[in-house]
Amino acid sequence: MFRTALRNVLAHKARLLMTVLAVMLGVAFVSGTLVFTSTLSDALKNSAQKGYDHVDVVIQPHKSDKTSGNPGAAALLDQRLLDQAARVPGAASATGTVSGFTAIADKDGKLIGGGFSTRGGNYFPGQDGKDARYPLRDGVAPHGTGQLALDAHTADRAGYKVGDTVRISVDGPVREVKLTGVFTTDDGAVAAGGSLALFDTASAQKLFAAPGEFSEIDVRAAPGTSQDALKTAVDKVLPKDGAEATTGKQLADEQATSIARSMDSMTTALLAFAGIALFVGIFIIANTFTMLVAQRTKELALMRAVGASRRQVTRSVLAEAFFVGAIAAVAGLAVGIGIGAGMRTLMNATGAKIPDGPLVVSPTTVLVSLGVGIVVTVLAAWLPGRRAARIPPVAAMSSVHATATTKSLVVRNTIGAVFAGAGIAAVLVATGMADGKATMALGAALLVIGVFILTPLLSRPLIALAAPVLRAFGISGTLARQNAVRNPRRTAATASALMIGLTLITGLTVIAGSMQKSIDKMATSALKADYVVSMASMTPLSPEVAKTLSGLPEVTASSPLSYSPSRIGTDQQSLTGVNGKDIGKLTQLDFSQGSLTGLGGDKAVVDETTAKEKGWRTGSTFPVTFQDGKQGKLTVSGVYTGNQMFSGIIVDNTVLAPHQKTSFDNQVLVKTADGATDATKDALAKALGKNPAIAIQDKKDVSDGLAQMFSTLLNMLYGLLAMAVIVAVLGVVNTLAMSVFERSQEIGMLRAIGLDRRGIKRMVRLESLVISLFGGVLGIGLGVFFGWAAGELVSGSLATYELVLPWGRMGLFLALAAVVGVLAALWPARRAARLNVLASIKAE
Amino acid sequence: MTTIPSGVYTAPRTTAVAARATDLSKVYGQGETQVVALDAVSVDFRQAEFTAIMGPSGSGKSTLMHCMAGLDSISGGSARIGEVELTGLKDKKLTQLRRDKIGFIFQAFNLLPTLTALENITLPMDIAGRKPDRAWLDRVVETVGLAGRLKHRPSQLSGGQQQRVAVARALASRPEIIFADEPTGNLDSRSGAEVLGFLRNSVRELGQTVVMVTHDPVAASYADRVIFLADGRIVDDMPNPTADQVLERMKGFDAKGRTS
Repeated sequence: MFRTALRNVLAHKARLLMTVLAVMLGVAFVSGTLVFTSTLSDALKNSAQKGYDHVDVVIQPHKSDKTSGNPGAAALLDQRLLDQAARVPGAASATGTVSGFTAIADKDGKLIGGGFSTRGGNYFPGQDGKDARYPLRDGVAPHGTGQLALDAHTADRAGYKVGDTVRISVDGPVREVKLTGVFTTDDGAVAAGGSLALFDTASAQKLFAAPGEFSEIDVRAAPGTSQDALKTAVDKVLPKDGAEATTGKQLADEQATSIARSMDSMTTALLAFAGIALFVGIFIIANTFTMLVAQRTKELALMRAVGASRRQVTRSVLAEAFFVGAIAAVAGLAVGIGIGAGMRTLMNATGAKIPDGPLVVSPTTVLVSLGVGIVVTVLAAWLPGRRAARIPPVAAMSSVHATATTKSLVVRNTIGAVFAGAGIAAVLVATGMADGKATMALGAALLVIGVFILTPLLSRPLIALAAPVLRAFGISGTLARQNAVRNPRRTAATASALMIGLTLITGLTVIAGSMQKSIDKMATSALKADYVVSMASMTPLSPEVAKTLSGLPEVTASSPLSYSPSRIGTDQQSLTGVNGKDIGKLTQLDFSQGSLTGLGGDKAVVDETTAKEKGWRTGSTFPVTFQDGKQGKLTVSGVYTGNQMFSGIIVDNTVLAPHQKTSFDNQVLVKTADGATDATKDALAKALGKNPAIAIQDKKDVSDGLAQMFSTLLNMLYGLLAMAVIVAVLGVVNTLAMSVFERSQEIGMLRAIGLDRRGIKRMVRLESLVISLFGGVLGIGLGVFFGWAAGELVSGSLATYELVLPWGRMGLFLALAAVVGVLAALWPARRAARLNVLASIKAE
Repeated sequence: MTTIPSGVYTAPRTTAVAARATDLSKVYGQGETQVVALDAVSVDFRQAEFTAIMGPSGSGKSTLMHCMAGLDSISGGSARIGEVELTGLKDKKLTQLRRDKIGFIFQAFNLLPTLTALENITLPMDIAGRKPDRAWLDRVVETVGLAGRLKHRPSQLSGGQQQRVAVARALASRPEIIFADEPTGNLDSRSGAEVLGFLRNSVRELGQTVVMVTHDPVAASYADRVIFLADGRIVDDMPNPTADQVLERMKGFDAKGRTS
């Protein structure tokens, strides 16, 4: 049986080509993903490991406090603790580090590194006067706020040399500092294309934290002391709570784990798209084997007649599938490894540097790729294999061609209708539910399955719609239409493959477009200000920025938005500080009670969610613990509807100012006399020292930024889904090529009675076009439905949500389906036109 | 073996010629494997005459028909349909010629399964983009007795009915000549007799020219004239044949085949 199967594979090389290609592409996607992510993950882990080479024990603020900021807590990591840590038994030295965001401008004033990782830190000289972490290549260590050192990579990229003046920005204002040194580092972020600037410790503390405060203390062990022993010693000098010590190894492990976790989610996402491509491939494989079995009816019947059992027949088909799957999987694995290697080169070329490391092809990658290819192929061939077994031995004697498709579709249609109906019902119910995600996913799955089952039924009426157009192409058009509906199952499977890709593409486009519009509306409708000023890196702004802006002659009203941690009862709650006098001119908030008027003193406005949660209304008074631990009382003077920019409790800045250790603003809203004009924008930028790190955005910039973000996201998704579409194209080619083969006698007859080559070509092309457009229309229709349904689901939490139908895009997708049809027909049509008339008529 | 020089068999009736082969040769392959299928065959097919071509397997009878019908290329000599010389015609012109001047009936697989009987009948006109002549079409359909079955698809028709549809298709476009390749090969004798009857009637009543390749003496007896081929040459030309005469003539080939 195995030999028969192998012979069959070899005999039908050409006809199996598309199947092999389809499986190969899917497997290549899977193995490419695995190779690339494991290579990347390994390289990142190695570089993380390297980062802890100089560290044996790390002292950090307690985890929970690091993120939220504990109101009332005192500085933890100070000079005293550093000295203590350096003196514990077994410690060789202790390094106090501070770090934060530092933007560096190149000589043209542009931000270096695109904001990917632009960090600043401190140069911490050891006993020998040098910082072992950052060996200096040129120059000397920086001293005082007017000096800095840069990593060699960034300095070389920008063309900075020791002695040059560098423009930098930490929290807003531009500083011009002198470059005193260039150092090398094996820091992973720098290796990956980030920048690192170093100041002396006192300046760094002033810039990134508070004077005398470190963000981390690294302790090195003396020779012969283990990390664990050192940790035990360090633990003794730590303040009771608030700070904790961790060994370098543990931190490296933690970082490795977190890298692995983030890589895992990336791998999962990529594999999901690979899965879609493979799923599309299943339709092609099943179609191919169905056609092969139908074409070989006589041969298989003969095998049965000479004594092969049903099981043997099924097995021979499955064995054939196994060979095909294995060949395709091996080829796919090879291509995938190539993709993995190519991706790294590509990403390095585009600037996102990936740390060096060997290409990782793990045994898991090999096994998974081969397994996936073979299992998918064999599974897809299973039904055709069963069908082959049902061929009666007597079929060997009859001269009739296989009539596999005359079987009634009644049962199939009933099942399909039930699935589709249940799916639609579930989706509709889900749109009305508060949390209908699971129900909707179930409904979507049911509906898609239902449509798969129903496609043969749908093919006739939908393709009949195209009849008037096709008639314009004369007899070729008429024949094409009839050929397209002649074998509804085959047409359906082919069109379904294309449908999947287009459903996803359309659905995502609808959702993204609608979301973009609604977020855009939210961000801009509540905004009366002409400009929003913020750091490009989304890090806080220096209060100087707000002060500078409010002093400008062009500015008629301005307000910073600063966030300050606080506690209400036991709940952590962030307070938003604004300029109470001007805020009413800068925003348009909907108030259900009270208003913004006269915000100041102990007055606060709260959003509806918070008000409802706490049971507050206008006039309610509540106690609050400020950042410095002091207690206060606030009175609700209004309740508003929260949005993208404003939520929670809003108070006047004068309430917060006395309680803040260091004050930072997240954004500054500005209204100017002339509105948003280029001249005004220039004036603002100039006043802020043309800072590369500060973004001055008007409403249009905000909209454009959002649009940019969404289109980048969509383009990425399109790219990932392209594979599914390519596989679907192979499917159309496959179906057409096999149909041409099956119908060669007919084509010969048509040629004999006078249809010329052009007519034959046109017939095949139009059939391809009809099938592709059928799949396209189904896919776009389903995509719009799912897009609408998903939108209904989010519209509950997104008040401004409204369905946006991207007609232009949808037209484009339909055109894409048409292009797919035309391209897929190129080769089969050529083949059909070249058939030898006599040979094909005689062929039995 | 009786050798008969080619070109001897001139027409007994002096009517116009629908198709003519002059020293027509067809050679397959090259060198060692070269096979001469037709060896300088000259023959006229007269208008409104039903000609049968007979001969043992490999005699070249099918090749002669394929070459005359523009389905196969010609190695030497000339083949004409009416006034049109086939040699040197490009595929496009040949296809047009087949479409406009020639009707075909094949042994099997004559019809498109997706089209109804009527659509199959009008297919050549549809390909040409011409409107069928309604009155003529009705007469043809009447003649082959398919009036009640025009909406049926080929799968709903018997073998004989399918072949009658094929006959109607060949007749419907009023071609200058119809070529039939073993039209009864796949039919039982009764259906075969019907189809042959229609072909004969089309010649007698509609004035159609028909050339038929067959190996069945009974089928040949429906023709006005039988041409015998052996080894790529015309070896006999029999007017107004009967089945017995044809059978006798064929037996001669068999005997020769056995002795040689």
